Amino acid sequence: MKRKARFSLPSKYLLLIVTFFCVAMIFITFTTDLATGPFKVISGYVFIPIQNGINYIGTSLTGKAEQLQNLQDLMDKNIKLQAMVDELTIENSALQQDKYELARLRELYKLDETYPSYNKVAARIIGKDPGNWFSTFTIDKGSNEGFKVDNNVIAGSGLVGIITEVGPNWSTVRAIIDDSSNVSAMILSTSDRCIITGDLKLMSQGMIQFSQLNDQDNLVNVGDKVVTSNISDKYLQGILIGYISEKTTDANNLTSSGYVTPVVDFEHLQEVLVITDLKE
Amino acid sequence: MNRKIVVTLLVIVCFCFQCTLFKALSMAYITPNLLIVVTSSFGFMRGKKEGLIIGFFCGFLIDIFYGDVLGFYALIYMYIGYVNGFFNKLFYDEDIKLPIVLITISDLIYGLIIYVFLFLLRSRFDFGYYFVHIILPEVVYTVVVTIVLYRIIRAINRKLESHEKRSASKFV
Repeated sequence: MKRKARFSLPSKYLLLIVTFFCVAMIFITFTTDLATGPFKVISGYVFIPIQNGINYIGTSLTGKAEQLQNLQDLMDKNIKLQAMVDELTIENSALQQDKYELARLRELYKLDETYPSYNKVAARIIGKDPGNWFSTFTIDKGSNEGFKVDNNVIAGSGLVGIITEVGPNWSTVRAIIDDSSNVSAMILSTSDRCIITGDLKLMSQGMIQFSQLNDQDNLVNVGDKVVTSNISDKYLQGILIGYISEKTTDANNLTSSGYVTPVVDFEHLQEVLVITDLKE
Repeated sequence: MNRKIVVTLLVIVCFCFQCTLFKALSMAYITPNLLIVVTSSFGFMRGKKEGLIIGFFCGFLIDIFYGDVLGFYALIYMYIGYVNGFFNKLFYDEDIKLPIVLITISDLIYGLIIYVFLFLLRSRFDFGYYFVHIILPEVVYTVVVTIVLYRIIRAINRKLESHEKRSASKFV
């Protein structure tokens, strides 16, 4: 009987070696941004096509089922929406008048446009964080489309999150409802600044927390719009986050905190827009 | 060689399903942990070394795509695979009680480790809430999935083992 003289490492030494390797990697990636590049490229080309495929099948199946279910629903909705269209047309014309007035006034004061039109690229969500603790997700475009770390991500009219990692054909987005997310925000009506923090406990209720709002005159009310602030160094100014749904004064009697209902429906999110401009 | 390819494919498929299909099937924001099932089953079916290596790769995948630092999840999964390897002596093929107990405990410990390192250290002290709303549901859901997935893994392992035996007996 032939036996190959193969060197075989006992498992406890292997464990020790790999542990050292992991700890070293944790330190390296924690302090620098090295060594992750090749992994991202290779894994991107292996996993992203598979996830794309699964998603394609999944969405086409659910799409068919929903189509049948929703027919009656849609007919009812159509009647309601038609009424709303009429209402909004009137409102729109009034607003358009205001807009022309605003443009004139801006010209007079030679103000820059507050909200410049950003470059946006649409991307599809193809995977979510495999655990249950955080809410990050992968989208199907990356540095090939010009995405960079810290690009803001929006959906519809509201803020979704920020890009934390970029591969050639994928990027990871951390949602603002994620437990480790913090956004510098301000109340639109009073320009008071606050901090918006995601919280795992509030995730199932679809809410996020705000804190450190300096509002001694009690001018901020429930229902006020919350947007990203002008002093944030990563989030572009003036992106809508949500509406205040609850507000209480803190024990120190100086600041207030409470809850914000985000405008984005994070549970049913499928497509997002990535703003490819970075905040300078 | 054959085994390496099959196991790699299994890990890739489980990772992709966990990120896509099971996220869509999630109940109350909870998804089962397929990678723990794979890591832990290969740990007690094949021993410490294989559990360790498979655990490392499962964790590394999560690190690449979703981790803040590279190596954190790899470390956790690796130790879970290694510790499960100690039960290799108790394991025999027909029994399903031991696998379920081991996978339950593995997932429980995994949840506790994640809580301590990623939540407790950021001063999220409400352990009761996280235990009842995140850790326990995940364990229950994982056990339900285990009942099906474990059979598949066992069938794959049996096929591989009989294949290896056949090719080994050619040389005798």
